[in-house]
Parts: sequence; structure tokens; C-alpha cells
Amino acid sequence: MSLARAHVLVGVDDEARLAGVEEVLAALRAAIADLGLEGEVQVVETGSLGISGHGVVLAVQPDGVYYAGVTPADARPIAEEHLLKGRPVARLRLPTTAPVARPADVLGRQTRVVLANCGAINPERIEEYIATGGYEALGRAVTALSPDDVLDLVKRSGLRGRGGAGFPTGIKWSAVRTASDPERYVVCNADEGEPGTFKDRLILEGDPHRLLEAMAIAGYAVGAHVGIVYVRGEYRLSIARLERAIADAEALGVLGEHVFDADFSFRVEVRPGAGAYVCGEETALLESLEGKRGWPRIRPPYPVTYGLWGKPTVVNNVETLANVPDIIRRGPAWYRTLGTPGCPGTKVYTILGNVRYPGLVEVEMGTTLRTLIYELGGGLLPGRTLHGVLIGGAAGAFLPPRELDVRLDFDALAERAAALGSGAVLVLDESACMVDMLSSVLRFFRHESCGQCAPCRSGTDVLVRLVTSLQAGTADAGTLDQMVRIVDAMRAASLCPLGQSVALPVRSALAGFREEFAAHLTGAACPRCQATVHARGSH
Amino acid sequence: MREGTVTKDAIASRHPRSPEALLSLLHDLQTANAGNYLTPDDLALAASHVGLPLSAVRDAATFYSMFSLRPRGRHIVRLCESPNCHLAGAWSALDELRRVLGVDIGGTTPDGQFTLELTSCLGACGVAPVMMVDDEVVGNLTPTRVRETLGRYRGER
Repeated sequence: MSLARAHVLVGVDDEARLAGVEEVLAALRAAIADLGLEGEVQVVETGSLGISGHGVVLAVQPDGVYYAGVTPADARPIAEEHLLKGRPVARLRLPTTAPVARPADVLGRQTRVVLANCGAINPERIEEYIATGGYEALGRAVTALSPDDVLDLVKRSGLRGRGGAGFPTGIKWSAVRTASDPERYVVCNADEGEPGTFKDRLILEGDPHRLLEAMAIAGYAVGAHVGIVYVRGEYRLSIARLERAIADAEALGVLGEHVFDADFSFRVEVRPGAGAYVCGEETALLESLEGKRGWPRIRPPYPVTYGLWGKPTVVNNVETLANVPDIIRRGPAWYRTLGTPGCPGTKVYTILGNVRYPGLVEVEMGTTLRTLIYELGGGLLPGRTLHGVLIGGAAGAFLPPRELDVRLDFDALAERAAALGSGAVLVLDESACMVDMLSSVLRFFRHESCGQCAPCRSGTDVLVRLVTSLQAGTADAGTLDQMVRIVDAMRAASLCPLGQSVALPVRSALAGFREEFAAHLTGAACPRCQATVHARGSH
Repeated sequence: MREGTVTKDAIASRHPRSPEALLSLLHDLQTANAGNYLTPDDLALAASHVGLPLSAVRDAATFYSMFSLRPRGRHIVRLCESPNCHLAGAWSALDELRRVLGVDIGGTTPDGQFTLELTSCLGACGVAPVMMVDDEVVGNLTPTRVRETLGRYRGER
């Protein structure tokens, strides 16, 4: 960042646009100009500041003051009172009545690696990324390290894939490195579609160069010269920011031909998806990249030997890659000081639902669900009690309050580890009905099942009919057992993780909230279920 | 095609002549049509441009939810029905959408203004429940907000 007395960081994403951030920005710039503060105060458009549900949010640094719900009419008071006279405008500051922490403290409580720059730099200016140490890791890799050195650093860091499976990244890269075919690809999976998850979007929007640098490092390590980012078609702003970042990086010679004048060339392309949840599965994604319908492939062979166009391919999630530059720059020993021995590093979560401070946080691996909800999320809204938590989105697990002390890492979650990847934490208070929530999850799967294999195609359909009968009060006594039999068959026989993962929400909901499901068997009316069944009509 | 826009051939020429460009090309061709859909001519053009059989292009185009082979309304309303939005009351927004538009999910209003669709998570869960009207994300939906938003789009031009 250039030298200025103060920076006003304004989070610009879809949510802020909805709240009129463009008008706020214009008013703020006008007010600053009016007061003659242009040389001293810089307005920076950045990605989300990690605070959701509060309209236009901005932060004044270095003061650490956060304003929320800012309107154009507030621009003048903020500029005059705070930026000129140094007196923060109390009525616009984020609520400070939380029992545990103020939002500013909450932000300080996090350990930010992959989100270090999100909400702190202007993502459309490559200079700002470079000023934070950006592209240093790539420069060092291609000029001072061999590909094997880079592989060694990544392996020793213990980095595991954040997409859900927790597979060691270094081992995946090594498999591609040692493949016999010299034509190889690096693919970034940015087809974020798990309900309640938008961490990848905020990285793409808030720090696109971090991703590009990581992909180039991966390319150098495995011997690939082309990287492709497959982005959800709905993420228009992410696509635009990435394309801008690629152009800037090529102009500066940190991407493209002879990166850092070294004997290594790497270019990155952006490809939009077109609305298919299953394309988040890596082989379906590869099919889609080849211009085909997104049907998962039968594995093996795995992408590391037979990926895009049948060539060895690294497929990594956005969050996984976003760790790589710091691992190279600061070393595996530093990285291992974060998280747990089996799962080093941090994890990004979106805390949503009935909590006081919904939003995006990054904490060390192994943090408990209780800490996430009560310290970082500020706890439930006043007067509400916790009913349960859905972690990991649709392909996730419903947890009752007694499981709040579970450590969130791939090992402690064991068979529920897949739920960790998305990082979605949906907090449900007593107003939620678990049957109704499971119904929503199952409808999602029925809609998104790609139709290729019968267990998933038919299973999701039958499950929706069963859960609807529970909601309507017309289910028979064997319904719950029948649901378990179906998801177990789907887990055993489905082609890809989509069908296999339906067992996770169904089994966890029935285990954690058995009485609530049993109560729906008696035919007693559940108002919540009745309302949603009515609203859906024939759908 | 919308008046004053570039020809379909010009759109195609911006994309590489290889199958990996298919989805991007279909997006651009669809956007250029007033009815937000892909015509048989679009599919044929895409097939010859990227070098795939027409049947393969049709196969892909019918798979993805963002593409339509039938004319849709001028504005596409996509309501998110994911668990987060559901929890926040998406179903009451759906009730209102169906009531005001007078069509069911997948339907287009008789005046050709709106098509009502459902979508998976839009990643804007902080302001759930959420819908997208064309490229605009509209959140914190209440029945009133639904009516206001539709009214605003109706009043355009």
C-alpha cells in the first residue's frame, strides 16, 4: 500500500453491492475530497471483511474501527468526525454488547494465513499483493529451488487437501511429477457449490494473486505449463477479478513465458462452469472442462495419472492452494506450529444461521465447534437456545449440542471428515425442525444427482418421498429404518462421492435427533413442516 | 439476437476452436438471445466451432442448469432453496413468487417478462434468503421485498 495516514477498507462483494456499496464509495470519496484529505486517506476497495448480514461494512485502519450498515448519508460524518478529527462515529460502529468479544476482537482472535490479505489489500492491484510478500515464494522456487526441493517443502509441511478428503497435497503432487507423460496440467477446483459455503469465493475475490502464485508453484513442482481455474458460472465477480489478475501478472512477468526470467513458463486460464453441483467432484470437473456433461468418471485411474485429456493432472481446491505460497516462503517448520500434528495449518469456516455474528473466519485446525460458535460467532441470538448444528453443508453432518466439543480436524472427525472441507457451519436454534432441515438437504441432492448411476438417481428420489411423508404426518412405522437402508446401499453402490455422501446427513440426523423424527411418525402436526410442504406445492 | 449486438459468428470467433471452450461459448451465445436460451442454430454453430458432433453439444447443453433450450422470460428469477436459505424462510418467498408471478417453478409468465427457477447455493448466505434476478443478487427476502423487486424489473423500459 502507498503511504497514507489512514486507509478505509471497504468490503465489496455481492452482499455489499446489494446494500448499495457503490453509492457509499462515491459519497465517501466525495467527502474525502471535499475535506482535502485525498493525500492522507486512501479508500481501498477490497473483498469481504468477513462480516455478513450487516450491509456495507468498512474498516478504518490503523485504528481498527469497524463500521456497519453504512449508507451514503453516513459518508460525510465518517469523513469529518473520524478521518479529519479522529473521533469514531459511535452510532455506526459494530455492536459492542456481545458477551464474549467485540467483532474487532473476534477478527484479532483468528489465525489468518489463506485469508491474510482478504479485506486488507486491493485485490485488483498486483502491487499490493507484492507488497505483502506476494510472488516472493514463486520467485524463490523458480530461481533457487529445484522442483524436488519444492515438493519436499510441501510434503514436510503436512498440508492436506481442504476439499474434503484430506489427502496429503505433497503426495498428490509427487504422483504427477513422476508420471511418465510429459504433458501435465494443474487444475484449481473453484466450483464451490456446497450449500452455506463461500470461502473460495472470498479468496478469489479478495486475493486472486495468491491463487495464481500457488498454481504456478504447483506447475513448477510437477512439471506443468498450463493451469486452469474452473469457477462456478454464477461467480461473475470472481471470474472478472481472476482475469484481471492474470493479465496483470503476465504484464509483470510473474506469469507467462520465462517466469522471473527463469527457464519456466506457466499460463493460467479461467473456465466458467454452468450450474452443476456434481462438477465439484474432480473427475466430473475434468469431463466438464473437456466440453462434456459433468458425469463423474469411474476411478481408478485417478487424475494424477489420467486427468484432463487423459494427461497427469493435479486437482486442488482453492483453499488448499492458498496455503502454498506461505509454506514455501516461511517454511514447513513455521507451518507446523499451526494446527495439530496430523492436520497442520488453518481452516476457513463460514458461520451462519441463528448466530449473532454470521461471517467468515479462519482458525487453526483442531479448534472446537464450541469455540467457533460461541467465541467467533458471538453465540446465539439473545433468548435463543441451540438446537443443533449442520456442519459441511448438504453433504455434511447434523450434530446435537452434546457434540459441541468435537475437535474440527480430519482425524478427530473420522468418518465425518468429509464434512470438514466445505467449512460451512449452520447454527440452528429451537425454531428449526430437523425433519424439515433434512428434507431441504434431500431435495438438494435429488436436484443435483447427475443421473448417471441408479443408486443415487433412484435413492435420492425415494428419500425425498419418505421425508415428505414424515413432514405430512403420513409416514409408516418403518420409514426411518428404510431411510437408513437406502443411504447405506447408496454409500456402497454409488459411483461418486455425491451419492455416497447422502448417508452422512441422514445417519447423523437420525442418530442425533431420533426423538424428533419419531415424533413425526405419530402424525402429530409440525407447524414448520406443514408450512414448507404447503409452500412447495407439487414441487 | 438483441439489436445492435455483434453477430453470432463474431461471438464464436472470440473463443478457441477446441472442445474446452464449449461452455464459455454457450454462455455467450445464450446471453446474446433475448429469450435467455440456446437456439438450434446456436448449438449447430457451437458444434462446428469447437469441432464436436451436434449431438455431443446438445448432450452437454441439456445437462447444465444454467442453459435452456426453450425460450425463457426476459428476466430469470432464481431462488436459492439450500438449507441456509430454507432455514431463513425461502419457502415463504417461494410462496410469494408463485403467487405474484402466477407460474410454478420452471414456468414463464404469459407476458414473457419472468421465468421462475430454483438454484443451488449462491454463496450469499449472510443475507439469506436470497434470489438472483439476472445478474443481481437480492437478499433478506420477505414477501414485501419480493413484490418490490419484481415491480422494479417490470417497470424497466
